[in-house]
Amino acid sequence: MYTDTVIEHFSNPRNVGIIENADGYGKVGSPVCGDLMEMYLKVSDGRIVDVKYRTFGCGAAIASSSMASEIIKGQPLEVAARLTNEQVAAALGGLPEVKMHCSVLAADALRAALEDYYHKHPEARGEEH
Amino acid sequence: MVSTASMAPSTYVYLDHAATTAVDPRVVEAMLPYWGEKYGNPSSFCRLSDPSRVAMSESRTTVAEILGAGPTEIIFTSCGTESDNMALRGVAFANRGRGRHIITIPIEHHAVGNTCAQLEREFGFKITYVPVDRWGLVDPDDIARAITDETVLISVMYANNEVGTIEPIAEIGNIAHAKGVFFHTDAVQAGGGLPLNVDDLHVDLLSLSGHKFYAPKGVGVLYIRQGTKLLPTQTGGGQERHLRAGTENVPYIVGLATALKLAYDGLGSETARLTALRDRMIRGVLQNIPDAYLTGHPTQRLPNSASFVFRGIEGESILLQLDLAGVAASSGSACTAGEEGASHVLTGMGIETSLARGSLRLTLGRENTESDVDYVLSVLPGIVRNLRAMSPLYASQG
Repeated sequence: MYTDTVIEHFSNPRNVGIIENADGYGKVGSPVCGDLMEMYLKVSDGRIVDVKYRTFGCGAAIASSSMASEIIKGQPLEVAARLTNEQVAAALGGLPEVKMHCSVLAADALRAALEDYYHKHPEARGEEH
Repeated sequence: MVSTASMAPSTYVYLDHAATTAVDPRVVEAMLPYWGEKYGNPSSFCRLSDPSRVAMSESRTTVAEILGAGPTEIIFTSCGTESDNMALRGVAFANRGRGRHIITIPIEHHAVGNTCAQLEREFGFKITYVPVDRWGLVDPDDIARAITDETVLISVMYANNEVGTIEPIAEIGNIAHAKGVFFHTDAVQAGGGLPLNVDDLHVDLLSLSGHKFYAPKGVGVLYIRQGTKLLPTQTGGGQERHLRAGTENVPYIVGLATALKLAYDGLGSETARLTALRDRMIRGVLQNIPDAYLTGHPTQRLPNSASFVFRGIEGESILLQLDLAGVAASSGSACTAGEEGASHVLTGMGIETSLARGSLRLTLGRENTESDVDYVLSVLPGIVRNLRAMSPLYASQG
């Protein structure tokens, strides 16, 4: 059902955990299945220098969280902000159609964490454009 | 995350017998002549059809004897779902002049649940779902109170497929018959493991599925008590006493009868063996994993079924980790587009949705041993711990 990449990320999820005093925090739940994900960002000089998350969900949800965290770690905020769930799924070698909503959860958690960061640092938002 | 790979047994531990079973080699052996050698159509009149007709007749008698029924009361179908559909729709349509009310419970298999829902939505029937308690048990008195002048059918499963709870079928059957209401039981999960005498159970209709008791997938049974008014839902030729048209699947029917006989010949000792393994599993899980709960009734449950919920984690990820560790299991939790995450069985028993998401079902079978159970008990606590460590819904123990 899952690609080797999904299984590998599910078995060894990267960047699991929480960040105390995170610069950005987002928590989202899937209306489809009840999965839940929270993401913590540490930001320095316009870059995501650290990312952690915790996920309640299926294999696809956990692997998507892990992959999303790997993609954005070290990236400038404006690059991370453009991450889509399709990119997360593609990086995992694809997800079954019925599991695509799990990759949306990861993208949404990132979006929520970035919103939180921009809310706390309105000056940073300007740099994006 | 999985630190158990080195401990994995050389063979895969299959603990998903409620999903399906491997076909018994003795069953395969019994089926073999009916492919290329004795392939005649039982309805034909040529010398080739005689062996098929004899095989059909013997198979029907074998099944009838195990059910304590007459051979003419046994109908062979393509699966348990077809049997359920035939029973519900057949009785509902044939008796709609008398009334359009059906009573069932909210934790039935979808084969019953979705058929009832369609009868309500498309055909104007009224369905009463009598609630079950936290063990999944229905109170027969509640069934009795739900019966009206319009009631034509009661359908309550013999044993639940997800949590193993055995319903008080005989008591419900007594109530139904006292009120002149037909009574159907979906015995798909009970078949091969629990007594099936239809007079003891007081049922008018009973569904079975071959692949749950070491027969192939694609063959089932519907027992229909003589005098039960039922409209055929599959029309055509005169097979199965005009109740289920279509050329009979002779090899599969031979396989089902052979498998059912094997199961009931050795029932007593196998039940005792499985019950001991089941209770070892239940004790081990509850003692070694915090915030783990047994689902279903503690004692009034299928001898081979151990089912749990684990707080803070999700069922599919438990299954994936178990699979990586070499164990096949199942979960009522579905995380697929268009399906709700939590099982309707667990929520129907009053288990909160987030807890119900963390469900695991381990169902034992003939080839399982004590070492299989002990292997699961050696890997499962670590799997649960690891998944909880990354769950935002589980407060870590420091």
